[in-house]
Amino acid sequence: MLNTAIQVKGLQKSYKQLHVLKSVDLEVKKGSIFALLGSNGAGKTTIVKILTTLLKQDGGTAAVNGFDVTSKPDDVRQSISLTGQFAAVDEILTGRENLVMIARLRHLKDPRQVTDDLLKRFGLSEAADRRVSTYSGGMRRRLDIAMSLVGKPDVIFLDEPTTGLDPEARLEVWKTVKELATNGTTVFLTTQYLDEAEQLADRIAILHEGRIIANGTLAELKKLFPPAKVEYVEKQPTLEDIFLAIIGKKEKK
Amino acid sequence: MDTVNKHFLSDMGVMLERSMRHIFRSLDTIITVTIMPIMFMLLFVYVFGGAIQTGTDNYVNYLLPGILLIAIASGIAYTSYRLFMDMQSGIFERFHSMPIARSTALWGHVLTSLVSNAISVLVIILVALLMGFRSSAGVLPWLAVAGILALFTLALTWIAAIAGLSATSVDGAGAFAYPIIFLPFISSAFVPTESMPGPVRAFAENQPVTFIVDAIRSLLAGQPVGNDIWVALAWCVGIMLVAYVFAMRVYKKRV
Repeated sequence: MLNTAIQVKGLQKSYKQLHVLKSVDLEVKKGSIFALLGSNGAGKTTIVKILTTLLKQDGGTAAVNGFDVTSKPDDVRQSISLTGQFAAVDEILTGRENLVMIARLRHLKDPRQVTDDLLKRFGLSEAADRRVSTYSGGMRRRLDIAMSLVGKPDVIFLDEPTTGLDPEARLEVWKTVKELATNGTTVFLTTQYLDEAEQLADRIAILHEGRIIANGTLAELKKLFPPAKVEYVEKQPTLEDIFLAIIGKKEKK
Repeated sequence: MDTVNKHFLSDMGVMLERSMRHIFRSLDTIITVTIMPIMFMLLFVYVFGGAIQTGTDNYVNYLLPGILLIAIASGIAYTSYRLFMDMQSGIFERFHSMPIARSTALWGHVLTSLVSNAISVLVIILVALLMGFRSSAGVLPWLAVAGILALFTLALTWIAAIAGLSATSVDGAGAFAYPIIFLPFISSAFVPTESMPGPVRAFAENQPVTFIVDAIRSLLAGQPVGNDIWVALAWCVGIMLVAYVFAMRVYKKRV
């Protein structure tokens, strides 16, 4: 229990006729990166919303940081932060103002200092005093994640953090997420990209038709399939490799 | 829970500061809630005013209460708009998943509505003073005027909250305000109701704006207000309570 950041048992949720979550069980270890994989509409966001106290489940239990989401929502909120599917940033404020606002809402002693540190860490110092409406998609996402780190919550939820980002911005987000886990933060992320889960996650769960149908490390999941055969395949660079190589060269010049 | 409640006021302060920044950075908002009512006032006083017989020696004195109500009605359209944008953008979800008093996300908008409308009312009164508005009222009547305007603002703010929380498009969020902005025109705000034809006059004399306008006008002129003020207050409080109940119902459903 002490080692468990998130514990979900028999979680159920329906929207009118639609039985989205039939019975979901999962456990996330403290300090790990957990990826919830599923196609669109599988119910990933529903799970995130229940775990972040935005939505009440119909059945089953869920606990975050040892606190039950239904009976101790305030304690849960104290332990978490959420980066939702749509960047939850204030477009009219500047990047700095956004961070200061969250720091003040978290009642931190020195909002300015926290803000300066995060701006630097996320490479937003130069853009700090521009309105967010002038930011690129990647910058917005970075600010969004930075806002989630204010106050150093124990568990961070990232709901499809790279959807709609270009490949470069995507790599930036991946780097950030990896750094989070090395600092001991638990990361719960949802994604529909298999490579994202493969790149980032310590454990991967696959949500399908309202249940977790597979759950384990990448190595464990691979074992579920027939043993690997040795085949010779010519390794062609993907378009993504080419794109990033060209961009990289240009930046070095 | 205690830590959450302890910070209610400071959290409200953060929310207020945020929305006030939205207002001061939106030229459109400033024009609609302050410049437009002032233009109306100039138009009515210097263009139509000469031909309007109100029985008062100074048309600005007669006109000001109605202009203030129009300004407030325009202002709350933006309350609805800001609430709608928050619901859409996901920032509400961020606030709601944070360890803050949840209600501040909504009440911050209500407070902003009060503060911002108070500012535009003050600016309009200053311009009216330049245009020759004079009042013999003492401190108490002025406080009564402030109270009525604050209640009127709150009543409309909760109507705005219903619209902002339940709208499905930006246009829908603001559209509800047009009939409210129009109400002062069919009231005693611009001309005495005696000159209106029967049915129009009957509507004008029995709708809330007339009572509110008459009460404020009498207070500012240092005249006895009679029953007007009680009817005006009853309207404001009544609308506020009904709108509040519905707004909270929509709010609970949405979050």
